[in-house]
Formats: sequence, structure tokens, C-alpha cells
Amino acid sequence: MEICKRFVLYFPSTLIEKPIIYQLIKEYNLIFNILKASINPHQEGLMVLELSGEKDDFEAGVEYLKGLGVKFQPLSQDIIWDESKCIHCGACTTLCPTGALYIERPSMEVHFDGARCVVCEACVKACPVRAMVVKFTA
Amino acid sequence: MGVERTYEEINEKIRRGEAVVVTAEEIIDIVEEKGLEGAAKEVDVVTTATFGTMCSSGAFLNFGHTKPKMKMHKIWLNDVAAYGGIAAVDTYIGATEVRDGDPLNQNFPGEFRYGGGHVIQDLVAGKDIKLKATAYGTDCYPRRELETWISINDLNDAFLFNPRNAYQNYNVGVNSTNKTIYTYMGVLKPRYGNIHYSSAGQLSPLLNDPYYKTIGIGTRIFLGGGTGYVVWNGTQHSPCEVRGENGVPKGGAGTLAVIGDLKNMSPEWLVGMSYLGYGCSLAVGIGVPIPILNEEMMKYVSVKDEEIIGSVIDYGTGYPKGEPEVIAEVSYAELKSGRVNILGREIPTSPLSSYPKARKIATILKERIQAGNFELGKPVQLLPSADSGIEFKGVKIR
Repeated sequence: MEICKRFVLYFPSTLIEKPIIYQLIKEYNLIFNILKASINPHQEGLMVLELSGEKDDFEAGVEYLKGLGVKFQPLSQDIIWDESKCIHCGACTTLCPTGALYIERPSMEVHFDGARCVVCEACVKACPVRAMVVKFTA
Repeated sequence: MGVERTYEEINEKIRRGEAVVVTAEEIIDIVEEKGLEGAAKEVDVVTTATFGTMCSSGAFLNFGHTKPKMKMHKIWLNDVAAYGGIAAVDTYIGATEVRDGDPLNQNFPGEFRYGGGHVIQDLVAGKDIKLKATAYGTDCYPRRELETWISINDLNDAFLFNPRNAYQNYNVGVNSTNKTIYTYMGVLKPRYGNIHYSSAGQLSPLLNDPYYKTIGIGTRIFLGGGTGYVVWNGTQHSPCEVRGENGVPKGGAGTLAVIGDLKNMSPEWLVGMSYLGYGCSLAVGIGVPIPILNEEMMKYVSVKDEEIIGSVIDYGTGYPKGEPEVIAEVSYAELKSGRVNILGREIPTSPLSSYPKARKIATILKERIQAGNFELGKPVQLLPSADSGIEFKGVKIR
């Protein structure tokens, strides 16, 4: 059985120079798609990754990452839509590259589908009421 | 003869709890089913509404006097400068003033996290606001400095006074250039990447009374959750703009100046806004009841999105130069569908003006009228209309 999941990975500075992703391919037969990657001034890394592979390989790969001290969480939890703040103006919807933020018709209400979010953060500052929040806690 | 009603007759029905009230969205189907005459016979009032960013907004406040007395010269509310050029402890806090120390657009595009609009929302929410003031000192007003906390309940007076709200139609913004631009119409992507519009269309007040036959000075309205009034035409009121056959302007035209007691308003309907790379503002909720005095008014309020045209303006070139050229015309039905086809392209659209919130305001106003809590204000004077000859001028730099 094949598994495909998206994760946000946080690398401590000690791991930045290790070829971790290479190992995931070579040792665990996993296919990856990097959706976003950055290294902050403290040399800590953040990577948004879609991983897929056979169930056993997938679980072994995840264990390998955990063993290294990589912190990770499912992707959909990373951008939070504060519905109580949202005024449904829609300013975010044409900026969202994956359609995770969209307008439902005919109600014209804004909705957020976390499963489609790739954490590009285009919505975060473009939202005039700051209803889109990045959650960094793993 | 056709239907004729007076304000007095409608208000009498409202007092008796018998007025028939529907929203400007609901009336469309009723007219389709019963025709103009049938609908006009049945319906007394149609409620319209809009909820969007309205930069020309602000509030007059009176703090009460200090001991010893002070003639406030420079004033800040939560570090946002307020106007001190009126009487000693009066001020005006404007929606677009940015908090002191904000980096503005030095780190482009600036975030403009807090400004006058946010102060107004926090005030209405009952939060404590830091008041800071300085003065030069006079014999009658010796105090020179003040730093304290206030809340809306401490103030003698707090009323919203917005010099330009509820624009009758508006530009539809697009960007033809090769770079992203940051505007009051939101973030516009390069090469016609998106289109942003900002009108409630078929629900919008002045689009339902295109010649201002019932909306005038003294019209009672829903304002920011409370009750307010139209007190004048808004600034830049420009009734002689190009109109379609149905009388509806194809771009920005009429505007309203409105007033209302801030103490009765709600943070749900006055929301501080931060436009990336542009600045701070305030989203204002306005609802206007339109009396069905005759079939002509019924015809106006039955307008639907298909019949309302917006003019597409390039915010990348023509608009900033002050030479806005209409590069295409689109209906609000097309804009609301999420994609429009213009200039050989299919372009995704975003509203900016909140249609769900406008619908909610129109419904709240309908319920207030039905409950007998909201009588119609008969205008004491109508606004200048399409026959006024008013010309919308620019600055002659000399």
C-alpha cells in the first residue's frame, strides 16, 4: 500500500549539512517533492515536503528522520485560518497558488482547505485583517 | 394608476409591525415572479447594504477636561496621531493614519499593522486605549503633557463621521506590468494575473437608487452595527459619470457622508484593515433602506449583477499616472463567477468588498424594520443628481 503525506520538517543547525533527503531516496525508496525550503539566520532549516512510498518504507523513513532529531508535523496545521477574524473579503483567493483558499458560490464565503495548502504564506500578509496565521510550534 | 406610497404611510406600517420588507437580493426573484407592479404593490421597503474598506472614515471624540485644564495640541491614541486642530479636548481620529514608528514602505512592501481604523475598532470593542497629548500651555489651559488610558465609556462623545462612504460602483483593478503591485485594491499580480473589484453589486445602496431619489440628507441607515444618518453627499460625489441605459453608473460616481453614535456600534462592523504595501484603513458596514414609493423605485431596486457594469482600470500604468483608461467593461455577474474573459485572457477575480457580510447587514436591517425598531428617515434634501452638472476635478498644479 502506498502512502503520500505532506510534512513540515524543522532541522536543527547540527543537521543542516547532512544529506538527509538523499538517504530517504537511497535507503528508503521514498519519492519526495520539495514544496518549500529555507534556512534561517540561526542555521535552522525549514522544509515543506511531500513524501510518498510503500507503507513499510514510509514508516521506516519517518523513524529515520525522528532518530536524527528532525521535528515534523502534518502540513495542514501550519497555516491557521482564524475564521472569527475573516470578513470574507476574498483578497487572498487569487493569490493562493493551490486554491486552498477559495470562494464558495453562491454564498461568496471564503473557505480554507488545509489539505491543499503548501504554506507559501502568500495569504499571510495579503490578508487585510490578518486572519491567516503561521503556526511554527511543532 | 400604479402604486404610490408616502414615507408616512410606510412608517405607520412599520410602527404597526406590518411593513413588508425584503433585501435587495430577495427582491430580484420577487420581481421576476410578480412583475414590477405586483412586487411594488406587495413590498414596502427593500434593504441594501455594503461592507468594505472605506478610507474616508474616522471618529470625533471628546475626552472631557483634565485638572488642570489642557488645550491638546498634538494627540496620539495607541501611538496613532489624531487631529488636534479643534477645541481643547476634541479630536478626530482618521482611519488611514499609521502608528508612529511604523516602518511604512521602507521595507517594501510595508505591513501597516496598526492605524486609525484599528484604534476605532478597539475603541468600539471597549478596549483601553492609550491617550497621549502635548500642549504649549496657556493662561486658561496650563497643562502641557498627558499620558493616560481611556475607553469609549469614559468619553463624553464619540461619533463616527465618515466624509466618503458607500461608493456607487467602483473601479475594477488589474495590473499589466511585469511586477507585482501593492495597492488599495489588494495585491495585483503581474501580466493581468488577477482582477480585484470592490462593490456589493446588486446589494449595494447607491446602485439600487442610482439617481438618489430616496437616499438623501436625513436618511436613517445601519452604520457600523448601530444607527446612523446620511448627512451630505460624500466627498468626490460625482453624479454626472457615464451611466448605462438602466441609469446605473459604470464606475465610481455618487458617495455618501454618514454619521452615527460610535457608542452603539460594534467591532464586527467596523474592522481595522492593513493593506500590504499600501496602508491602514477601516472596513465599514452600511445598510440603507429604500422605500418603494412607486413602481419606478421598484424598477431600480430590482437591478441585478448581470446589469451592473464595472470598468477595468490598469493600476500598473494608467491609474498611478492619473490617466485611468477603461481597458474593458465587465458585469458584476461575471466578476462574481470567479473568472472573467477580457483582452483575450481568462483572469481569476477577487471581491475585496464582502458580499456575505453585506447580505448579513441587509438581513439585520430588514429584521430591525420588521420589528418596528427602525423607521425610515425622509430626506430633508436630496443629493445632487445626474442633472446637477457637477464636474469631478483634479488639482491644477501652479
